[in-house]
Amino acid sequence: MHAEEKLTAETFPAAPEKATLEGKNKFLGFWLFLGGETVLFASLFATYLALRDKTAGGPPAHELFRMPLVFVATMLLLTSSLTSVYAIYHMKNFDFKKMQLWFAITVLLGAGFLGLEIFEFNEYVHEGHVFTKSAFASSFYTLVGTHGGHVAFGLLWILTLMIRNAKRGLNLYNAPKFYVASLYWHFIDVVWVFIFTVVYLMGMVG
Amino acid sequence: MSTVARKKSVIWDYLTTVDHKKIAILYLIAGGFFFLVGGLEALFIRIQLAKPNNDFLVGGLYNQVLTMHGTTMIFLAAMPLIFAMMNAVVPIQIGARDVAFPFLNALGFWLFFFGGVFLNCSWFLGGAPDAGWTSYASLSLESPGHGIDFYVLGLQISGFGTLMGGINFLVTIINMRAPGMTYMRMPMFTWASFVTSALILFAFPPLTVGLVFMMMDRLFGGNFFHPAQGGNTIIWEHLFWIFGHPEVYILVLPAFGIFSEIFATFSKKRLFGYSSMVFATVLIGFLGFMVWAHHMFTTGMGPIANAIFAVATMAIAVPTGIKIFNWLFTMWGGNIRFTTPMLYAVAFIPSFVMGGVTGVMNAAAAADYQYHDSYFVVAHFHYVIVGGVVFALLAGVHYWWPKMFGKMLNEALGKTTFWLFLIGFHLTFFIQHFLGLMGMPRRVFTYLPGQGFETGNLISTVGAFFMAAATIILLVNVIITTAKGKKAEADAWGVGRTLEWAVASPPPEYNFAQTPLVRGLDALWIEKMEGKKGLTPAEPLGDIHMPNSSILPFVISLGLFIAAFGFMYHNQHSWGLFVGIGGLLITLGSMFLRSVIDDHGFHIHKEEIMEAEKGVKA
Repeated sequence: MHAEEKLTAETFPAAPEKATLEGKNKFLGFWLFLGGETVLFASLFATYLALRDKTAGGPPAHELFRMPLVFVATMLLLTSSLTSVYAIYHMKNFDFKKMQLWFAITVLLGAGFLGLEIFEFNEYVHEGHVFTKSAFASSFYTLVGTHGGHVAFGLLWILTLMIRNAKRGLNLYNAPKFYVASLYWHFIDVVWVFIFTVVYLMGMVG
Repeated sequence: MSTVARKKSVIWDYLTTVDHKKIAILYLIAGGFFFLVGGLEALFIRIQLAKPNNDFLVGGLYNQVLTMHGTTMIFLAAMPLIFAMMNAVVPIQIGARDVAFPFLNALGFWLFFFGGVFLNCSWFLGGAPDAGWTSYASLSLESPGHGIDFYVLGLQISGFGTLMGGINFLVTIINMRAPGMTYMRMPMFTWASFVTSALILFAFPPLTVGLVFMMMDRLFGGNFFHPAQGGNTIIWEHLFWIFGHPEVYILVLPAFGIFSEIFATFSKKRLFGYSSMVFATVLIGFLGFMVWAHHMFTTGMGPIANAIFAVATMAIAVPTGIKIFNWLFTMWGGNIRFTTPMLYAVAFIPSFVMGGVTGVMNAAAAADYQYHDSYFVVAHFHYVIVGGVVFALLAGVHYWWPKMFGKMLNEALGKTTFWLFLIGFHLTFFIQHFLGLMGMPRRVFTYLPGQGFETGNLISTVGAFFMAAATIILLVNVIITTAKGKKAEADAWGVGRTLEWAVASPPPEYNFAQTPLVRGLDALWIEKMEGKKGLTPAEPLGDIHMPNSSILPFVISLGLFIAAFGFMYHNQHSWGLFVGIGGLLITLGSMFLRSVIDDHGFHIHKEEIMEAEKGVKA
């Protein structure tokens, strides 16, 4: 199939993200990229685990963490992963309007998560948990902050795609782009599950 | 949408190109330039060590030259030269018209290039990095000035480029193979590039993370490696070597691939034990990730960790041995032609085996306490890196030069280069084993008379000048060939086996007028043995879709280059932060443009292709 072909709901392929060679390449290349990202986060996690009790006189994790806040943020991000699944479901059914709607909800939930994280970091800073305080603080902000940076980048990315394609609807040129952005969004979500477990839950039990 | 490519100036063409063959030439020129820079640094080191108590390069400056020699040779010479070979050959070997992501390919090159330029700017801006190419945190955190910052930010930028190159070649080899080109019909160099790309994908992120920590500690008040604040410098060593050890396989696997092609071609025989070669390559790639801590035996990890890493390291000798015997058996009973590339291949076997043997010696953890940080280690890794990688790159350059540039390099000059380089190499490094065993430490700028180090060091220095002379003759060869070399045919050596020898030298923009049908290993050889002139096509002649060229890869990389300067100086100058953020905005803005501007490429029409192909056949 050709990228510029005009399609209808009937002629739209079942897997539009892989219907062209460009799409297939993007699909595979992005999965491989996520493999590299996994190693990146694994390195950050390993360092955090090595340094998490090196507080150098600053507040330790279990006194610091605001679990209710983190729990709400976690729920927002997990839900956003679900809504991005709905968006891709509608993409495959060639329903552009509904796809845009669910991506918009995804972006709002993601923005909510990011807002809460910034608020959370601000609270911690006021309690003396600043980046330069200790090895624990440096590794905490670098791990969680790198994730937060990924969320911010993902939001900008999905928003750009939504605005760019708002007027022209779906085709085989932009379907792989939406699909790959949603893959990225799921990846961010999975990383957060590990952060919630390894950083926050394990932080509370010492 | 189909348009005809307009005529452009040569410089603009190369700044914007997304053609893998032109990107290969860019990698070759940039990597070759850094190879000369790193070689000059090596000469300076050898001049300083030629006699005891020499004062040619003293103390801090020696440290800078030594650090930059290692860093330049690994990251800015060997890696890009390997990418040059991969770009020039792999897409054609698998019967593809281009790589999977031509734009990303160009971006990878420009990121590497700007990273390398940034690193070398340090010479003119207060001094180069001086903590060795491994830049251990306990040394580098104390290093004054901005040398280490240049290292951290420069490698960060060029590392992104390498990662993109790795992903690109993985996808290219998985998705873009011609019909019939199954995995077990892929030429050995393609297999090696495939495994190397996978290693790049998993080895570079830990380096990135280590460099980010170092950047945070040095520039933004982080505490990853500061023991006083709870940090731990050993984390750097682990992250660095989790990257650093796979890195040596990233370098040497393509070298094995190049030699496999050369052995088969000039023995006029199918590569012996092809499937065991593939198996050995994959196994080396896998084991390469299991051995990083053998660089840290003396760190104090304890006997159990040392034993595990020692055994894992020795295990790598098994697949490597398989390869050595396969090459020997490929030559056995073959119709051998000693061309320049073949000379390198034959010389590579004993040279590399010696490096391998000292590698197993180093792997014995208890014995390593004696070798550690001595010239014995210097001799070991130069035997594998020069005797393996540099020999392969020189062989590959001679072998594929006609394919890349359309002219045969002069064989007489090529063989002169080879002999000078081979003799110089063994003169320089063989004696260093003994200097090391006699107790000469590495990374020390001088030694005292009367310790028995004088003669060995002098011999070593003389050898280095042989290698310098060899390099000069190679450059002369390139210049003479470019000026008035013999024009190369498609099958430049007359005995080509793989697909790259079926297309014109240099290949047309679209590589194959018709995608070929691959009918077995050594696809071209099969066709030749059946008396056919060309490949069996897998498709009728038609319009060919090509990617548009773009200046954005250059601009994205330039943005990071500017940002790196800004962040480096943000502690001293108020403009630093603005320049840093401005640079990042240039990069993000160009990425945004790339995302929102549709790029459908263009078509070369059937008539134009028929016209072009007629010229070749005639």
